[in-house]
Amino acid sequence: MTPQRQARREQLAAAPINIEVSHVHKWYGEFHVLRDVNLAVSKGERIVICGPSGSGKSTLIRCINRLEEHQKGNIIVDGTELTNDVKNIEVIRREVGMVFQSFNLFPHLTVLENCTLAPIWVKKLPKKEAEAIAMKYLERVRIPDQALKYPGQLSGGQQQRVAIARSLCMSPKIMLFDEPTSALDPEMVKEVLDVMISLAEDGMTMLCVTHEMGFAKSVADRVIFMDRGEIIEQNVPDEFFNNPQSERTKLFLSQILNH
Amino acid sequence: MTDRRSGAQVAEKPKTAFWNDRDVRAVLFQILIVLGVLAAGWYLVHNTLTNLESRKIATGFSFMEREAGFSIGESLVPYSAADTYARAIWAGIINTLVISVIGIFLATILGTVVGIARLSTNWLVARIASIYVEVLRNTPLLLQLFFWYALVSEALPGVREAIRIIPDYVFLSQKGLRIPHIVANDIHGWMFALFLGGFAATLFWRRAAAKHQEATGKLRPLFWPTVGFLFGPAALVWLFAGAPLELIKPVLRGFDFQGGGTFSPEMIALLVGLVTYTSTFIAENVRAGILSVSKGQWEAARALGLPNNRSLRLIILPQALRVIIPPMTSQYLNLTKNSSLAVAIGYPDLVSILNTTINQTGQGIEGVALIMAAYLTVSLSISGFMNWYNKRIALVER
Repeated sequence: MTPQRQARREQLAAAPINIEVSHVHKWYGEFHVLRDVNLAVSKGERIVICGPSGSGKSTLIRCINRLEEHQKGNIIVDGTELTNDVKNIEVIRREVGMVFQSFNLFPHLTVLENCTLAPIWVKKLPKKEAEAIAMKYLERVRIPDQALKYPGQLSGGQQQRVAIARSLCMSPKIMLFDEPTSALDPEMVKEVLDVMISLAEDGMTMLCVTHEMGFAKSVADRVIFMDRGEIIEQNVPDEFFNNPQSERTKLFLSQILNH
Repeated sequence: MTDRRSGAQVAEKPKTAFWNDRDVRAVLFQILIVLGVLAAGWYLVHNTLTNLESRKIATGFSFMEREAGFSIGESLVPYSAADTYARAIWAGIINTLVISVIGIFLATILGTVVGIARLSTNWLVARIASIYVEVLRNTPLLLQLFFWYALVSEALPGVREAIRIIPDYVFLSQKGLRIPHIVANDIHGWMFALFLGGFAATLFWRRAAAKHQEATGKLRPLFWPTVGFLFGPAALVWLFAGAPLELIKPVLRGFDFQGGGTFSPEMIALLVGLVTYTSTFIAENVRAGILSVSKGQWEAARALGLPNNRSLRLIILPQALRVIIPPMTSQYLNLTKNSSLAVAIGYPDLVSILNTTINQTGQGIEGVALIMAAYLTVSLSISGFMNWYNKRIALVER
């Protein structure tokens, strides 16, 4: 283990717990999609979740901002437990940003309006202030010149960067990424990953479902492998990739790393 | 040689026979089509005129100035049998427009409610809405009109046993719905002026609220101030004037009520029939429109912390409208045109009155031409407006 890794580890161990998922179960009808999932995420920690399709990895992070409801167990986000209390859910959603595989930008609003909508209507900011914040983050994702265009006029990579900026405008404490690069053409993957890397460098708590193993190796503090609704294995990237413990992890890694 | 379209210099083309030249052909075919249409039109008009002349049938619209000699069951414009055909037809147009406007208004509201209800997560509400839609849109409208008319004129009690919806003031019976008339009072003019003033104040308040939000981010209440501005001053003036209210009550005399206003059984049946029938189609349009907005839009809005009602108003509805508007236009046109079925239950709409006119004057071609012209005017106005609105809210794509 390199000294930087060691230092980072100690730093995270000292940080408070930001997300706590304990004994969470979820069913879609008969299908048991999450089985007794336990996960504690420290403030500033960067986690990559991978696994075969249908393993429940998207469902897990969608439970964290209550886009999906878990049926058993507890999820505590930034000190607030997710229950049926609508106010709690709204508080948590304000703290947690999410980026989707299919961008989900609002096609009837300009890029700028996409970014100012939530600050204006949820945070009740003055329009000028919201626009200033939006421009700041659009600059950060390097597309301030597209602010007045509509999402339909942008490329996939640009749209995903707008989606990231839109989330950042709410100044979230935690960012969830649900396969953010899976719907992109290969040459656009890098521009989105670059933005995510710079976010990570700024100390954002990140949970990222992705198959970009290069990203996992260079950015993640921890890589989690899920299969059939369970967390099979979790480890620091070096160990995870070089010395996987379970057979299922080995099989999965051999499938995605060796074409 | 220069190209005809771009004006650029191009090399001499190899000679082709002129009938194989694409540009020549395009012009040639258009000339042939225009000639064909003109020839067919001339043939029809000429034939008709010759036939009418040989049978000594008058042509032209001079009959419009003659006395109609038939009475009309109900009319918003003053009309008696001694008036001209032109006035009778005008009364018919107004009746058709009244039915269409009220019908479109009510069908839109009812259809939207039913459409959203069909999407409800409440099992009972969704089921009732879908039964309503499936029953009403899968039976013929004419049949439904007969049904409602029979219901109003047979199932409702006679005049003497009229249902007292508001005792002494509003009665429902086989003869329709009877309501009181309000006697004009000087204060009404003031109240109306104050209402208009309140309307302006509301607009001003809303603009100011939007500006206030833009500047400070704070939301101001909108609903109660709107209600207050619209009705408050008028109500206050009315109260200060001693709340003058004089009503002409419908009073039962002999076989019918006297005094007050009436919604005739024919009008009620026609309105109920058209509104319920059309509302089912509108409900399906609304449902399809909301479903057409992808689930991801809801999720993105929720993930940003927007409450459901704001997501619906700011994100979902603006997108759903784009899908809803074009078929909605068709339904508005359908309702307007279907109102001509009024002739079957005796409501004096345009078609009904022109039918009588044709029977009396024998000038069928002019009569039908008038009907067509009237419906065309109304329909084109509706679709023109809706197309304009649709274009205004269209999505910008690359």
